[in-house]
Amino acid sequence: MTLSLTIALLTAAGVYLILQRGMIRIILGFILLSHAANLFLFAAGNAARRDAPIGADGLAGAADPLPQAFVLTAIVIAFAITMLMSALAVTSETGDDTEDEG
Amino acid sequence: MNALIGALLPLYVAVPLVIVALLIVLRGHTVLRHLLTLGTLLGMLAGSVGLVIATAQSGVIAHRIALWPNGISIPFVVDTLSALMMTTASLLMLVCLHFAIATREARGHFFSPFMLVLGTGVCGALMTADLFNLFVFIEVMLLPSYGLLIMMSNRRSINGGRLYVTVNLLASTMFLTGTGLVYAVTGTVNLAELAGAAQESTTVAIAVGIVLCALAVKAAVFPAHGWLTRTYTFTSPAVTALFSGLHTKVAVYAIYRIYAVVFDGDNTFLWVALLITSLTMVVGVFGAMGESTMRSVLVFHMVSQIGYILLGVGLFTTLGLTAGIFYLLHNMVVKGSLLLSTGAIEETYGTGDLNRLGGLAKREPLIAVAFMVSALSMAGLPPFSGFVAKLALITAAVDDGAMVVAVVALVVSLFTVLSMLKIWNGVFNGTEPEDLERNAIDYSSGLQHPLAEDPDHPEAVTAVRGITRDRIRIPLNLALPSITLACITLVLGLGSQLLLGLSEQAALGLLDTSSYVRAVLEP
Repeated sequence: MTLSLTIALLTAAGVYLILQRGMIRIILGFILLSHAANLFLFAAGNAARRDAPIGADGLAGAADPLPQAFVLTAIVIAFAITMLMSALAVTSETGDDTEDEG
Repeated sequence: MNALIGALLPLYVAVPLVIVALLIVLRGHTVLRHLLTLGTLLGMLAGSVGLVIATAQSGVIAHRIALWPNGISIPFVVDTLSALMMTTASLLMLVCLHFAIATREARGHFFSPFMLVLGTGVCGALMTADLFNLFVFIEVMLLPSYGLLIMMSNRRSINGGRLYVTVNLLASTMFLTGTGLVYAVTGTVNLAELAGAAQESTTVAIAVGIVLCALAVKAAVFPAHGWLTRTYTFTSPAVTALFSGLHTKVAVYAIYRIYAVVFDGDNTFLWVALLITSLTMVVGVFGAMGESTMRSVLVFHMVSQIGYILLGVGLFTTLGLTAGIFYLLHNMVVKGSLLLSTGAIEETYGTGDLNRLGGLAKREPLIAVAFMVSALSMAGLPPFSGFVAKLALITAAVDDGAMVVAVVALVVSLFTVLSMLKIWNGVFNGTEPEDLERNAIDYSSGLQHPLAEDPDHPEAVTAVRGITRDRIRIPLNLALPSITLACITLVLGLGSQLLLGLSEQAALGLLDTSSYVRAVLEP
């Protein structure tokens, strides 16, 4: 429940920010959205099972490693793109604004 | 034999990446860099042709990366469809590289490396049978594209780059979320394990539906086509041609593949696909009618053509899929040719504005012929490949009882001819504007070149080699890429039997996915 509420909040904030015109806000919106997507992937792997896969209990309560691998990959990609977008935000002559030039 | 070929598939990803590292190290050795890039792309082309032959003879080739067991490993699969796509994609990259060498863009430090990474992403996306891996390869494909688009665009128009990054990133996030949903519902993201799952369960269908929606945005399907027409015109002609053949087409391929495997061709909602493809055709062509530069007309046509290509999925019959696949391959070649022939004009005369050009048919007969051939081919006139593609597609629509769609496709063809005539009249017919030569000299001496003020690209200042004050003509080297592709569309039209046969085999592989599934699960 907490997880789904967090995802909902992050998505709402992310979408709101993306709809703004400033490039920095768009970037922040994307950071929030990618967090939402990552939490979503975690939730996909059943968040109730969160033990380490090694130890006495066996695999019964072990967390699913695949979504974690997904999230790791997605974080790296999101990081790279955030850097690229930040570069785009400072290299334009129009500055932060993304107003259409017509 | 298949196992051996399968073991070589990861090389498509590994070799270009190693060459990219080499290219970055070899700063300054322009000729060596060009040779390395050309060699790699030629190798990819040769390998892909080999794969077409191998899949035509012995069916689907699959490989589990590092031989991990099923369910954990990432499977690479090549069937006739992906082999054909890989062949066309590497051919197109080769031709675009030739063009970029002629315009001297390829001398930019990161041009060839970015192009090879893009090629890696395309091949990976075409081969993988794992949804999450598809996401990764689409990102591998997009990241160098962001670089290419922005590097080759006018500094003041960087907003085009921003829009491109933003839209693609949003679609990628949507794709990722869809993949997460698929995993949550089914516990796997392996396409073969998902075979037919969407037909059995509504939740899976919704999850995969989100993935398909994200891909539709990337393919620039109506109503999410606006980003394409607003960004592709901002960059250089070589990059536009490269993107037109690779990006949207890979998304289209993924839609074909995922719909065929996961939905198993379920026809409950195909009418939605038919409606959307018809609207895409109409909106694209009407948009093209209103544009005033060569490239923006062609880019709007790209949207319209995506509608035709996806008609194959909308019909989902043997003939429909065959025609759709044939159309897809034909379109990659023809669109490339059109963008490169108009690109050669833009790079030489410094403008693509229909009002500032004219009378080029006398001045540039070679380019005029190349443009005419491709334009007629795209409009669907015999004896070019477009005729075969359109005829097959419309026959398939009529066979399927979708008369309205067939009529829409025919009417849109008519408007395609009209807007091609608009370019012809504006650029090749009529009288030559008086300032044509002066603009060309201004442009080639770097005054209007997008990279002219860029200290990282001093070589780009002298834009195109071979233009002097006495002789303002498109150099042969710059014209060759589009002529090559125009010849290919003629050959495909006259000898369409071979490619139609291969397309049919690819279509049968989509209709009956059992051999694909078997190859992935028990390679």
